[in-house]
Amino acid sequence: MKLTLKIWRQKNAQDKGAIVDYPIDGIEPDMSFLEMLDVLNEQLINKGDEPVAFDHDCREGICGMCSLFINGEAHGPDRGVTTCQLHMRMFKDGDTIFIEPFRAKAFPVIKDLVVDRSSFDRIQHAGGFISVNTSGNTIDANTIPINKDDADKSFDAAACIGCGACVATCKNSSAMLFVSAKVSQYALLPQGKVEAADRVLNMVHQMDLEGFGNCTNTGACEVECPKGISLENIARMNREYLVASLKG
Amino acid sequence: MAKSALLKSSLAKKYWMALTGLFLCLFLAGHLAGNLQLIFSDALHFNQYALFMTTNPAVKLLSYLTYISILFHAIDGIMLTFQNRAARPIAYAKNNAAANSPWASRNMAVLGTIILVFIVTHMVNFWAKMHFDENFPLQTISIENQGQKQDFYLTTDAGYIPVNQVETGGLEIKNRTEFYDTAAKVKVKEGYKDLHKITVAFFQDAKTGLIATLLYVLAMAVLAFHLWHGFASAFQTMGVNNPTYSPIIKGFGKGFALIVPLLFAIIPIYIHFFLKA
Ligand code: HEM
Ligand code: SF4
Ligand code: FES
Repeated sequence: MKLTLKIWRQKNAQDKGAIVDYPIDGIEPDMSFLEMLDVLNEQLINKGDEPVAFDHDCREGICGMCSLFINGEAHGPDRGVTTCQLHMRMFKDGDTIFIEPFRAKAFPVIKDLVVDRSSFDRIQHAGGFISVNTSGNTIDANTIPINKDDADKSFDAAACIGCGACVATCKNSSAMLFVSAKVSQYALLPQGKVEAADRVLNMVHQMDLEGFGNCTNTGACEVECPKGISLENIARMNREYLVASLKG
Repeated sequence: MAKSALLKSSLAKKYWMALTGLFLCLFLAGHLAGNLQLIFSDALHFNQYALFMTTNPAVKLLSYLTYISILFHAIDGIMLTFQNRAARPIAYAKNNAAANSPWASRNMAVLGTIILVFIVTHMVNFWAKMHFDENFPLQTISIENQGQKQDFYLTTDAGYIPVNQVETGGLEIKNRTEFYDTAAKVKVKEGYKDLHKITVAFFQDAKTGLIATLLYVLAMAVLAFHLWHGFASAFQTMGVNNPTYSPIIKGFGKGFALIVPLLFAIIPIYIHFFLKA
């Protein structure tokens, strides 16, 4: 495959940055998108140019590290996949492909396509946990009966890998899908109920502090989320927050 | 420490947006029911309805709630929109938003702003005249008696006052609608403000009637798009999302978004093109 890549290049956080064109040839349809970038980088290094910086780790769709806004969509045109699972067969020979970093005030660019998503970590720290005594007499989680429906929903929410595609794709750069998944995975379980009110208030507070936008319920996040996190989670968080706020 | 912020937080702003939005949907339904009398009823019943709407205390309360809702909804919506813009300082060079979200959902602020402009002009054209215009006409009818036409004011006690009785000075009009006996200086009867006549004249005006009708219809199309997304969205905001009820809410919302603006729009079309002056 012969392609024209239009890639965002930015030396560092202070640099203004710009889109740079890279023609590339010899790309196999069975390559993953990141492998295609590896090929480009090898060519750049051989020429003595600076390779394109991009995030990745597991390359099997579980770590949430890879990002990229590809041809106007987070993780590219395929559904239910991360960029590392996106294959070049989704594109046609001769295509022009825009490759940009995830854009949000709360995700500042570090270099080229690499963004700082530690705002997600700070939201997690604000309440995305349960407090259990781990001093040796820990109770086995399975001793607490949990109905199947809630267990399944909690598990579905816990499938969120914190990739940030929801923020990147949202017209408001809202982090509601991510935060609601993290709120829901605990809110649905008895172990999470104890701290439920504080959790939702604190996590939403931190989300607002980080400078994410508000939710307009466009549903774009749900469509682009590689893990199929449902908008039902956002409704659940809205309920949890309302109840917690009214309780004071 | 828990931090609740029922006025400031992003979610709280959205609750107010949803609650005021849904209240405005109720208002639309009520307003529509009244307006439809322009087609399905006569001038007297329409004017009686208009009188009721401007004087009944319960309606007064609802109308204040409506003004507040519109203001709050508009201000809150614009604030949210500015915050949302600020959350992405650098735009994408290429953004294929159509691949993942409906057009209306991405343009609520633009649609809302057009609706706001419409509401303001609409209120200047009708509401302000009804409330403040000193020369607002009172409803009259012509009755033929032995080949002679005579004009009468209709009064709220279902009576008639000959127009010439005011002209000759036996009666005078005070406070815009009240008939006073000039000699005895006592109020005898009260007339109806003829909102029907003003409305019909507005949309049948030889110069501006057509453009007014077209702009009205356009505004209703904009409202339809706003509601197409807004109605169901408000339920999601309030935390209602459930496999049983959500399809019903979404279906109802789309029906509401189509039917209500359509019925509103039919009224000026009917007046301009079909109603005989
Ligand atoms: C009769 C008039 C109106 C009705 C019935 C109405 C109804 C609604 C409803 C039900 C929503 C959904 C709320 C939610 O997502 O939770 C909404 C959203 C919105 N409305 Fe209106 N609206 C009206 C007028 C206006 C006006 C005058 C503005 C002025 C700017 C406006 C701006 C907005 C905006 C910006 C949103 C989206 C807020 C967001 O980001 O989620 N609307 N409207
Ligand atoms: S909700 Fe989906 S898109 Fe958002 S961070 Fe989690 S996995 Fe990524
Ligand atoms: S690199 Fe781990 S999800 Fe893509």
